[in-house]
Order: sequence, then structure tokens, then C-alpha cells
Amino acid sequence: MSYVLRRLGFYVLAAWASITLNFFLPRFMPGDPGDAVLGKLQGQARPETIEAMRKAYGLSDDPLWQQYFDYLGNLARGEFGISLSNFPTPVTQIIQSSFGWTLLLGLTATVMSFAIGNILGIFGAWRRGGLMDSVLPPLLMFIGSFPYFWLAILALFFLSFEWGYFPLRHAFSDDLSPAFSAQFFGSVLYHLVLPAGSLIVISIGSWVLGMRNAMIATLSEDYVTMAEAKGLPQRRVMFNYAARNALLPNITAFGMQLGFVLSGSLLTEIVFSYPGLGFQLISAVRNLDYPLMQGIFLGITFGVLLANLLVDLLYVRLDPRVRGT
Amino acid sequence: MSTPPLDATAAVPLDEAPVAPTRRRRRLDGSVLGMILRNRKAAFGLAILIFFGAVAILAPVISPYDPDKFVARPHQPPSRDFLFGTTGSGEDVLSQTIWGARISLGTGVIVGVAVTLIGMVIGMSAGYFRGRVDDLLSLIMNVFLIIPALPLLVILAAFLPPGFWTIVAVLTVTGWAWGGRVLRSQTLSLREKDFVSSAVVSGENSYRIIFREILPNMMSIVVAGMFGAVTFAIGSQAGLEFLGLGNPSAISWGTNLYWAQNNSALLTGAWWTFVPSGASIALVAFAFTLVNYAIDEVTNPRLRSQRETANALKKAHQKLGTSRATPVIRERGTASGTATGD
Repeated sequence: MSYVLRRLGFYVLAAWASITLNFFLPRFMPGDPGDAVLGKLQGQARPETIEAMRKAYGLSDDPLWQQYFDYLGNLARGEFGISLSNFPTPVTQIIQSSFGWTLLLGLTATVMSFAIGNILGIFGAWRRGGLMDSVLPPLLMFIGSFPYFWLAILALFFLSFEWGYFPLRHAFSDDLSPAFSAQFFGSVLYHLVLPAGSLIVISIGSWVLGMRNAMIATLSEDYVTMAEAKGLPQRRVMFNYAARNALLPNITAFGMQLGFVLSGSLLTEIVFSYPGLGFQLISAVRNLDYPLMQGIFLGITFGVLLANLLVDLLYVRLDPRVRGT
Repeated sequence: MSTPPLDATAAVPLDEAPVAPTRRRRRLDGSVLGMILRNRKAAFGLAILIFFGAVAILAPVISPYDPDKFVARPHQPPSRDFLFGTTGSGEDVLSQTIWGARISLGTGVIVGVAVTLIGMVIGMSAGYFRGRVDDLLSLIMNVFLIIPALPLLVILAAFLPPGFWTIVAVLTVTGWAWGGRVLRSQTLSLREKDFVSSAVVSGENSYRIIFREILPNMMSIVVAGMFGAVTFAIGSQAGLEFLGLGNPSAISWGTNLYWAQNNSALLTGAWWTFVPSGASIALVAFAFTLVNYAIDEVTNPRLRSQRETANALKKAHQKLGTSRATPVIRERGTASGTATGD
């Protein structure tokens, strides 16, 4: 229990650190980006927009500590400010509408990559020196060293533009509207193939290699030899004895990768114009929409912290040793 | 320094020993560094790195055109005059790729070194001093690790004025913690060793112990971490520039990709504008990965013994026919005796 509490304390601290960073970043920037933008907008923006901007940039005249506590209070009430590029829309609403797409893309990619990668790793270690063990790791290593968005561009260019197998952009077909219909889900899946596929291809290598090396280490443990000596079926030795224990370090890594679910798909979303958080973040950056930018950053960070907390809880269930400490 | 580490001498095949005095070329031969250099993966990776390093240094000499100049009609496919074709604004893609190596590799190396130094000081201090110092430094490292790097990179780069040093600073801030944590745990375990205790007892200064006694024993991890950091830096820099957060007028592999996309290379089918720069990044990253893999193979005893078993099997024309958890190789004809997997 104290383990979980300590982790919880850590996540609260990390959340506080990112909030504080978010608060001070625009206020201590050289040249004050706020003034520059306000100057550009003078005369063409509505007064309430300018007021919202002044707030966002910390141009209010209150002392800094008071602004800071106001900011914390606003966040606690779930007020992330108002987007400047789509003016009266609150930031939280934009985050809500794009969060689902990022989650769908990121979760599909991460979970599939984890599952396929670990299974390949188990079999690779099992048939050491076999075809899969000698060809697959270098190949995956090579693909894994591609810059991530470049692989996405290649896939988009060849599979969509040149050969027309897959759609060019967006999360579902333009002439459909969200509905509980087979046609809509089919369209969503179809649009998901390339973005998720490129994420899987690029991230699977580390799972395969990690699992393979962990399996090799685990296979030399005495309890595996013991299980073998007892004459247990190979399948059981492989999965229940070796793989189950070799999986633990990869689960920790999976927890760290959950951050990837929300943040890693950022570049993919840009390339495939997938309407998720990353896409919104970059368009916020391009439109100098600082409240939206900061809100999305905080949203992603909180999501990552929450995901890690869940993994910690899962870990307590999987590895009895941490319960004692 | 003249005596090679014990495990390396043990790995020298016995049948080479009698001819040793004349055949042995350099001191390197038996050392870890020599073993890494003789590794095929490492040699291939180093060859790629030397190639790109030379391209970056010799850019003014070998680049056929001025990379900033309009030299031909836009979006011309590769031809004799323009080996990699021309960009959407009529510049030579080959020249841009060659010049791009400078900023891309430069950023990578500077960030790699900076990240490693910071990670070394903080991680090793945490591992060496333990207790309160460790608690505090670990906490800082973990906070930096858990805040998602890419969004943080994006908002940092968006607030700071665009430029070469901004990218270097931003990548260093977001990249140091990972190496720091690895070095911390390694220091923690080395700290228990007798040679550290004896240095402590003989009254050596803490930082002397950390950097003169402990550091040389984990050089392979430091170097591997640095290569990883360089790869991270080159890739992230390209990503940031691709998003338009760098300095779009400086020529690097990332900005080349940015302009390729902005000039709608995908729509016009101008694949030659985005393939060379991306492939260069991929090759450099792959080369670093290969070298790292080789370092791991040479210095990680588990992987090494596994590889040696595999080689021994190859020599004896044996195969692990049935795969079992603990492979047993039976004698077959005159082939060598019984060997078991590690």
C-alpha cells in the first residue's frame, strides 16, 4: 500500500512541476511573445479576445504569486482558458473532441505493437539461431532507426498517393458523419490502418529485442531447468515459466511507453492529418494559440501520469515482490 | 592501462596463443575496444558514420551546386546534371542533402555530448552519494522522464526564439534524464565493489573516486548512452524542424523535409525531394544502433556466451533441431562433445 502511496505522491509532484513550467514559460520568455502577438492583432481582434490573450500571456498587473495561485485555482476547477484561434470555444472542449482520436490511434498502435512484439520475441528466443531469430532483429532494428515521420510520409506517399490503397487524410470518410453504423466503423478502421500501422512497424523492434534478451536470461534460470526436468510440456515451460517472468521488465517499459500513446502519435497525426491532440497542438502552435497549446500539453501530461499510475497498480498485482517493499 | 581486462584475455581462442608474439598487431587486439572493432556490425556502422562525417566536413568541396541557389526548373526528377533531382523551389537536392549533414550531425554530436555530461554528473552523483542526495536527484530525473518529451519539445520550441542553439538547448533539457538514470543504477552497483571501498578508505576525494575509479569501469555504458543520445537528437531535431519549429532557412535534413512537404512534394509525386534526407537520417541512426548493438554484444557476458555457443555450433555443423528450454546437443558421429546453451 505504501508503495502505491509513494507513487501517487510522485505523480502529484510531477503534475505540479509541469503546471509550474507551463505557468512560467510564457512569463519568462525573452522578448515577451504576448506583446508581439498582441501588436500584430491590434485592431483586428475583438476586445474580449485581446482580454483573453492578456490573461494567457500573464500580462495582468497582479503580482506574480497571485497570478500563480489564480492559475492553480483555475486548473483545479478545470478551466484551461479559452482558445484564441477558435475564439469563444474553451480549451477543454477542443481537447475533449480530439482526445478520443488520439487515444484510439495510440492505444491500437501501442497495444498491438506490444502484443505482436513480445510474441515474436518469445519465439525468437525459443528458436535461437533460427530464421526468425537471425533475420528479424536486424531488419526491425533498421526500420526502427527510420525517422518516425519519414516512414509515415513514405507509407502515405506510396500506399495512398501513388497506389491509392488507403485514404489520404482524416479519421473517417468526409461524406460520413459519426454514427453507430457498420459503415462508419468500417471507415474509421480503414483510416486507422496506415497511421497505426506505421506506428507499429517503427516501435515493434524494441519489444522484440527486449523480450528476446529477457527470455534468454530467464531461460538460464534454475526454475526453467527444473520445469524442464519435471517433464512439463514445452508450451507450458515457454509461457508459464519463462515468458511470464521475462515479461516483467517489458511491462515497466510498457508503462513508460504509455506516454507514447498520447504523445508519440503527434508526428503521425500531422502527416496523416489525423484529427487528434497532436494535430491540434501543432495547429495551435502555428496559430500562436498559446492557451490551447498549454492546455493540450497539460492534458497530455496528465493523461500520461494517469496511465503510469494504472501501470503501477497493475505491477503490484503482477509482481508480488513490490508489495512487500 | 597496459594490461587488458581479464575477461577479454579469456576470450582469446587458445589456438592463437602460440603464434601470438609476431601475429599480435597492437595492444588493441585483446582489449574490449579491439573486440568491438572486429565485430562486423560495428565495422559496418562505423563505416557509415565515417562516410557521413566526411560528407559533412567536405560539403563545400563535394557539393555540386550552391544549396541555396535556384539552379533549374522546380521538381525535376533525378538526371545526369542533378543526381537527386531538384526541389520545389529549384534547388539541387544532392547539394542540400550534403550541406544538411552539417547542421544535423552537428546538433546530434553537441547534444549527445551535453546530454551525456549532464547525465553523468547527476546520475553518478546520485548513485555514489546515495541517501538524501540520491532521493532528490532521482526525483528530478524521474520527473523529467515522465513528462512526455515530444509535446514538451514542441511547446519549448514554440516559446523560445527559433534557431540552432534553441534546438540544442531544448533537446538537452529533455534528453539528459534517461542516461542519468542508467548511469545511476550502474554506479549504485559498482559502489559496492571492493576497489571503491579501498579508495574511500585511503581518503580519496569523492569526485576523484567517481570519475577516476568508477567511470572507467562503465565506459561502455557511457559511450552506448551517448550514441543513443546522438540518435535521439538527430531524429528529434528533424522532427521539430519538420513541424516548422526550427529555423527554416538553415539547411539541414529536417528543414529539407519541411520544405519538401510545404512544396507539396507528395501531391506532385516528387519523391526525390524527401527520400535522400530521410534516408540519411535513417542510415546514421542505424549506424549508431549497430555500433551500440556491437558494444552490447561484446560487453554483455550473457549475449556474448550465447553468440559463442552459436558460433561453436556452426563450426560443428550442429543445429538445435528440437527447440527446448535448455537445449541439449547430442554427440553425432565425430563431432565435438556435449554443449549446453547458456
